[in-house]
Amino acid sequence: MTQTDTRVGPAAAGPTPGRARPFWTTRRRDQLTGYLFITPQLLGSAVFVILPLVLVVWYSLHEWNVLAGSFDFIGADNYAALADDPNLGPVLRSTGLFSIGLVVLNLGLALLLAVLLNQKLRGTIVFRTLFFSPVVVSLVAWTIVWGFLLQDNGGVNGLLDTLGVDGPNWLRGEGTAMLSVIVVQVFKNVGLNMVLFLAALQGVPTDLYEAAEVDGASRMRQFWRITVPLISPTIMLTSIITVVGSLQVFAQIAVLTQGGPGTSTTVLVYYLYQQAFQFHHFGYGATLSILLFVIVLALTVLQWQMRKRWVFHES
Amino acid sequence: MSRDLSRRTKLVLYGVLMVLAVPFVFPTWWMVTSSLKPVADIFSFPPQLLPTDPRLDAYQRVFELQPFGQQYLNSLYIALLVTVGTLAVASLAGYAFARIRFRGQNVLFLVVLAGLLIPSEVTIVPLFQMFFKLDLIDTHWPLILVPIFGAPSVLATFIMRQFFISLPGELEEAARVDGLGRFATFWKIALPLSRPALGAVAIFTFLHSWNLYLEPIVFLSSPDKFTLPQALTQFVDAYGGPMWDVQLAAASMTALPVLAVFVIAQKQFVEGLAHTGLKG
Repeated sequence: MTQTDTRVGPAAAGPTPGRARPFWTTRRRDQLTGYLFITPQLLGSAVFVILPLVLVVWYSLHEWNVLAGSFDFIGADNYAALADDPNLGPVLRSTGLFSIGLVVLNLGLALLLAVLLNQKLRGTIVFRTLFFSPVVVSLVAWTIVWGFLLQDNGGVNGLLDTLGVDGPNWLRGEGTAMLSVIVVQVFKNVGLNMVLFLAALQGVPTDLYEAAEVDGASRMRQFWRITVPLISPTIMLTSIITVVGSLQVFAQIAVLTQGGPGTSTTVLVYYLYQQAFQFHHFGYGATLSILLFVIVLALTVLQWQMRKRWVFHES
Repeated sequence: MSRDLSRRTKLVLYGVLMVLAVPFVFPTWWMVTSSLKPVADIFSFPPQLLPTDPRLDAYQRVFELQPFGQQYLNSLYIALLVTVGTLAVASLAGYAFARIRFRGQNVLFLVVLAGLLIPSEVTIVPLFQMFFKLDLIDTHWPLILVPIFGAPSVLATFIMRQFFISLPGELEEAARVDGLGRFATFWKIALPLSRPALGAVAIFTFLHSWNLYLEPIVFLSSPDKFTLPQALTQFVDAYGGPMWDVQLAAASMTALPVLAVFVIAQKQFVEGLAHTGLKG
């Protein structure tokens, strides 16, 4: 490598009189290596992320029917159509319901499981494996199986029957369809957040609990006053990941309900898919993409702001 | 919270854990056992926990109705390529952002991170058009290229960067004294040390690709190009009703190998995912 300039710092920075400095100093060489290392990622992002994002804005300003072969500039007409779309309200409602339901149930259950597994108990690793296992089961396989279990004469209603409860036809009722889709997704992926919470719980120093015990604080109080604040960075992180993930839900809807009954489970991504790839309204599909992007962006910024407020400390 | 528990508390805890485990375990169990039952027994109640008369008919029909072997191979090779590609792209970029000083570093990092806010659902319409213009519709290229460079790989870069930042600086000093260049330092020293992070990234990248559903149904149209998730939904009778036993057999074949790998390597899976930059 470079023999002439191994020292980097103030001493090597100024030009030495009487000696020609080689162009490829260690520092320059290092800079170049840095750029080379990030080039694949940067070029890839430019082509497969940034360029499509620019194009989606451009497309949203066009009336574009693939079948008819038309591509006409129409300004903001797609956005006006979006505002007038009678489906917009129900779609946003489904999207919101799904996201809120998923985040609340997922984080709540994940935290409960993590706390249970963090007890001094033999065999917790077995349970950890069981709770985590759906994460590695193929999403569509998992969804298909639940689709069978949630049939009118399926396993879930069979179980309810033995308890003397007459179960509804889960996937065909307006309210129960949404609940079903949420619950199926919670059981699929809650293991991921559980593992992250478990790692965070194991980082809470035990002497804090001992001190609280001496002070006579109840278990519940210890949980809310010690555990929750100390793992709040992880709660924040998992909630951001879960919220953004919840907005991307598609396969579950497509397999279980196809957006129905009515529009009760038509979330934004599913509606976008229908408009663009079933009805071939690419321009309007692009407009819906922008709406999705704005929602993702707004929620992320909002959560980032909240993080400054109530996250206890950042490690 | 590792305090000693009384015997009674322990019993209650075991009870709670076992009840909670049912919705996590039963579906998989039911999927596999039902795939071995005749159709009439699948909906029998109370559910048979084990098939009384196990048979492999449904498995045979999976391969008769679809080019399922080919579809399996498609999913597998796409997921492996995406995993290797993402590891390469993300570890190089993550290393540079963590350990090398260069001009514009922070701005470029933010540009890359912005990709996290742009999931491929947002860009699926223009991506379809781009690949259409390149005549790559009904090929596997979109399913390979977009994840290697899009949002999943950005998350991977972030995780790798967080990991490389935590490596002690002396390692590089020592490497430099030994006359190693940047790439050799990265390849021979930093990369071997980052095995836990690489493992975690590999696992979630593989699973992400393995589970993709929207992209395959948008980009692929011939059955011999299909990936597994897409193929699973194609086992329907002439009226569009699902063929239960065949679907369950195909689903079992899709899920079981990954599940087996997970059970064998569950420590790496769980702890790898827990102890990365995702720790918060």
